[in-house]
Amino acid sequence: MANKKLGIYIHIPFCKSKCIYCDFFSAPADGHTMNKYLEALCMQINSKAPGIAAEYEVDSIFFGGGTPSITDAAGLMNVLDAIYNNFNLSDDCEITIECNPGTTDEEKLAIYKEKGVSRLSFGLQSVNDDELKMLGRIHSFEDFMASYEAAAKTGFDNINIDIMSGIPGQTPAAWRKTLRTVMMLRPAHISAYSLIIEDGTPLSDMYKSGRKLYLPSEDDEREMYHDTASILAESGYGHYEISNYSLAGRECRHNVKYWTRGEYAGFGAGASSMIKNVRYNTAKNTPAFIYDPVHAEYETEELTVNDCMSEFMFLGLRMMRGVNRDRFRVTFGRQMDNVFGNVISKYVSTGHLADDGDNIFFTDKGIDVSNYILADFLL
Amino acid sequence: MSHIDQSKVRNFCIIAHIDHGKSTLADRIIEKTGTLTSREMQDQILDNMDLERERGITIKAQTVRIVYKAKDGEEYIFNLIDTPGHVDFNYEVSRSLAACEGAVLVVDAAQGIEAQTLANVYMAIDHNLEVFPVINKIDLPSAEPERVKEEIEDVIGIEAEDAPLISAKNGINIEDVLEAIVHKLPAPKGDPEAPLSALIFDSIYDSYKGVIVFCRIKEGTVRKGTRIRMMATGAEADVVEVGYFGAGQFIACDELSAGLVGYIMASIKNVKDTRVGDTITDAMNPCAEPLPGYKKVNPMVFCGLYPADGAHYEDLKDALEKLQLNDASLFYEPETSVALGFGFRCGFLGLLHLEIIQERLEREYNLDLVTTAPSVVYKVHKTDGSVIDLTNPSNLPDPSEIDYMEEPVVDAEIMVTSEYVGAIMKLCQERRGEYMGMEYIEGTRALIKYVLPLNEIIYDFFDALKSRSRGYASFDYQMKGYKQSKLCKLDILVNKEEVDALSFIVFEESAYERGRKMCEKLKEEIPRQLFEIPIQAAIGSKIIARETVKALRKDVLAKCYGGDISRKKKLLEKQKEGKKRMRQVGNVEIPQKAFMSVLKLDDE
Repeated sequence: MANKKLGIYIHIPFCKSKCIYCDFFSAPADGHTMNKYLEALCMQINSKAPGIAAEYEVDSIFFGGGTPSITDAAGLMNVLDAIYNNFNLSDDCEITIECNPGTTDEEKLAIYKEKGVSRLSFGLQSVNDDELKMLGRIHSFEDFMASYEAAAKTGFDNINIDIMSGIPGQTPAAWRKTLRTVMMLRPAHISAYSLIIEDGTPLSDMYKSGRKLYLPSEDDEREMYHDTASILAESGYGHYEISNYSLAGRECRHNVKYWTRGEYAGFGAGASSMIKNVRYNTAKNTPAFIYDPVHAEYETEELTVNDCMSEFMFLGLRMMRGVNRDRFRVTFGRQMDNVFGNVISKYVSTGHLADDGDNIFFTDKGIDVSNYILADFLL
Repeated sequence: MSHIDQSKVRNFCIIAHIDHGKSTLADRIIEKTGTLTSREMQDQILDNMDLERERGITIKAQTVRIVYKAKDGEEYIFNLIDTPGHVDFNYEVSRSLAACEGAVLVVDAAQGIEAQTLANVYMAIDHNLEVFPVINKIDLPSAEPERVKEEIEDVIGIEAEDAPLISAKNGINIEDVLEAIVHKLPAPKGDPEAPLSALIFDSIYDSYKGVIVFCRIKEGTVRKGTRIRMMATGAEADVVEVGYFGAGQFIACDELSAGLVGYIMASIKNVKDTRVGDTITDAMNPCAEPLPGYKKVNPMVFCGLYPADGAHYEDLKDALEKLQLNDASLFYEPETSVALGFGFRCGFLGLLHLEIIQERLEREYNLDLVTTAPSVVYKVHKTDGSVIDLTNPSNLPDPSEIDYMEEPVVDAEIMVTSEYVGAIMKLCQERRGEYMGMEYIEGTRALIKYVLPLNEIIYDFFDALKSRSRGYASFDYQMKGYKQSKLCKLDILVNKEEVDALSFIVFEESAYERGRKMCEKLKEEIPRQLFEIPIQAAIGSKIIARETVKALRKDVLAKCYGGDISRKKKLLEKQKEGKKRMRQVGNVEIPQKAFMSVLKLDDE
């Protein structure tokens, strides 16, 4: 019986050039390699799906990267076909493709639309070209506008725009300008990230070498963060996860699965799956994947009940609505307060968590230092 | 073994300033005398604890017996007693010297005489040892053997004209040293038929054999079956085995007679019964008088040792018990701290001894420790006439009950080239030194004498000395006694709560300065937490300094999607581990190393 829901994630580890802050598994590649990779994806799906598909109904598909939109559109749609051929899809299945401005045109978008892609996610990051250059982005704001207008024209009405605060040299005023400009476009969804200096990125090397980066001060950075929610709220965008905002009913179904411990199957090099409380992380090795996608190497992590309960909390608390006591009890057969009561009451008393009787969730003050608090939810 | 001819025995030690090549020369002597093949030699055989090899110093006395066939065709027995090389162990050094007739003085051909050279030579001369100098490192480009010889004659007043010129490292002229040992150092005396008297200069504990006593037989003879008595402790035991020291092994023999150096095993359970400096005699036929010079050594420096994880208290206790089996000078007793829970107040001969014990506990016993700042022993004279030895600052009585306090002081000798005399004198003044005089040595170098409070030198004095003299100053000290002083207790409050383990005793006039620096240091050490944390220094109820650790402002993961979860979870786990390594005091988490902050209040 196909009543359990499943998300499918397809990883495309290619991009035109690597941005200085990016720590995702991705690298530039030639067209031939990319086509081989898309073929390999189809082979992997065809071989793995029969073991999974029977129990599930797929209600979200997400092409992430990298930049899925730089691959050949027909090739990419073959991958979608492979999914269609192997899985049962729900009628309202959310199908998202991540796009970079300047890598899409009307023709490409029409092919996506035609195949049933329902949602696009554009990596804009900033409306200020200086900031874009600083980040190593390959596009200007004008390029973005062209892509965005093309998408609207093609009929896409469920679009996300990624923007970034905390960029070197950025002021709170410059950030508000980015926010207001994006808001005027009325996308269904906005992801607003604080720049994080991740290990192993060129940005981190610059930082460690002592180069002056002119990063906004912590106070400015937090001002930008809190401005985001209040400014977006003016136009009806709800804040539903630490970095995600949407119009009513337009939350990203696929991503919500990650935070609520839904099940998902990942295909491609570097993709992760979580099925029946086992996490599978496929090796981040593109040539090996192309060579033998059916036997691609992966690591498994079998999650214990304690792992699952910890994840329930530290992922669930990323959502603004927080974690729900009933759902915890139904999932684990235990009371949340018997497991985490001490930590919850400690941080409720300090004003970092709030408790409305049903749900536990972060206060504004709590979000700012959420890692510090979430660490205490590990068992 | 048949009878040994006393006239063919030489008991000697090697004395030197640190790094002048003492252990290297010992290695060469052992190598040249053929008790070991070159292949068996590991560098610096006598320093056989890992720690000693790493630090390049000798901690416990080591002894080896070797046979040398001299140029006169005779075979000589050499007993080389390697002495500890640090002022913490001065008493042990003096007992090792008392076991010898002679000493080889090693002086670096480039550096010449240093403070420790003098201290060691004077100690050897005090013990009536025959001393002859050896000039080492003559193959260095900067070597000036003639100048150094003159210095030795002028400053120490011993003949140096025909001192062997050697390189211990490269094995140059080692034969000259061996011949000089034969011809310049006297043979031991003593009557093998007289009542037994033997000097204990070290002992070790072996879990199979019990205590193994290292001794020098002054008079009489000891053999298997002799019932021995330790004259100071009164302990008695029957000798199970006697023998001498091969390189790295014990070699049993029938008897040890007057003039020889060797070991005695007698099923003794505790090194406390065999204190260094005590006299062993025959319980059935005791000697009239114990040998002179015995004293019970008292710990000079105390600190609290706590298990980082309270659950390991018993492990720490076991480890201390085991270490004490081998180290009678280690003292410990249980104590409790509000901040740190259950632990021990431990006493040491000095800061080096403390560090060694701490490292051994961590390495050999795998313990994670929180160490509180070391303190010297203060004498608190109360108004009711009683006197307390204060080893833990938080036990200081209420000021209204204190008449006056005394602190330990040392006689310090610092040797430095004349250009740094000003800087060093300034340092000694800052450290409350009392100037005692200065002598110039051959015009360019000075020997400066000060009386200094021990608590001013146990922490970072040596480092300060080195940095203010560009590494040229050398330093040695002797305990002098106690001196009245204006002292007070400085308390530290973290988030308005007093942290007992951070209190320390300080000279009244330095209290403001030290309090301020302590607050600054703690501000660096304590990570930002969810709320603002005031750090205050106080004397009694009076706050004298304050710093603030600002609240944590931002610690948030912007992104966490499917592919990130494993990695992000590891980050959170690391964060959780970090929290575990901190001590919860009130609602503040204090890192373990913060409890040592007082040690790092560097002056410059």
